[in-house]
Amino acid sequence: MSDLATITRADARGMITLRGDLASAAMKKAVKAATGQAVPKPGKIAGDGARGVLWMSPDELLVMVPYADVAQTLAAMDKTLTGQHYLAADVSDARAVFTVAGDHAREVLARLCPVDLHADSFAIGDARRTRFAQVAAAFWAHEAGFDVVCFRSVGDYMDGLLRNAAKASPTGAFG
Amino acid sequence: MLTLNCPYCGVDAEETELSPGGEAHLKRFGPGSSEEAFEGYLFVRENPKGVHFERWRHAYGCGKWFHAARCTMTLEVFGTYPAQTFEPPKDIKDKITAKRPGWAWRDFGGDGA
Ligand SMILES: [Zn+2]
Repeated sequence: MSDLATITRADARGMITLRGDLASAAMKKAVKAATGQAVPKPGKIAGDGARGVLWMSPDELLVMVPYADVAQTLAAMDKTLTGQHYLAADVSDARAVFTVAGDHAREVLARLCPVDLHADSFAIGDARRTRFAQVAAAFWAHEAGFDVVCFRSVGDYMDGLLRNAAKASPTGAFG
Repeated sequence: MLTLNCPYCGVDAEETELSPGGEAHLKRFGPGSSEEAFEGYLFVRENPKGVHFERWRHAYGCGKWFHAARCTMTLEVFGTYPAQTFEPPKDIKDKITAKRPGWAWRDFGGDGA
């Protein structure tokens, strides 16, 4: 029995929690400057895990940039958002990131979270915050599979969860 | 198992992704209020068999509080709506009236709808 998908724990990724009025011109400008992307719609990611932005809530985004660029990106954000009611914080070291890659990556996630993962319901570019077994996480779909983000404090738990869930045969529910 | 649509994310969130927050549309009575009003605010709840309004938090999702209108007997969900309101929106009240004619809950429903 081969695994459903390949699980890889990512090296340090630069992540910035950005909160404020997502519709404001300053916020749009800050996101554009950091990622080259527009503010994503609810449930979407713009760009990718290397440089992109994830919709987290009506007043929160997760901005992803290379780890080495976090300090300068934060400085630029602070400059753009001066005078606004906002928060920009470096959370890179508070996160663990995994890539679940392979033809049956959907099967792995479906074993762990209460989300409809059929390709008709969850397409490439879609993002979701949810529960993986007992812990909170966010994930999005890309060409190779999914990227999963959780708190680093439960990173080893997530690592075990994903690897264990990958040890199964496909149900065939995802075609 | 309850599935509620989070009005902020737009996703259908299953019960284990949510945290219950008890009865909706409570008016707070704090210092300076009568003992009776304070007791009511703290302890007196509707506990109906049928139409009910509750607070829920999308705890594993966007983290926001919202309201849900549902039937405690059948678990039918009439709708969900944002928390920034003192009463259920008209479209949800109309929907309940269509399905449960004559419903009443605290000051809502009944003849006043
Ligand atoms: Zn939500």
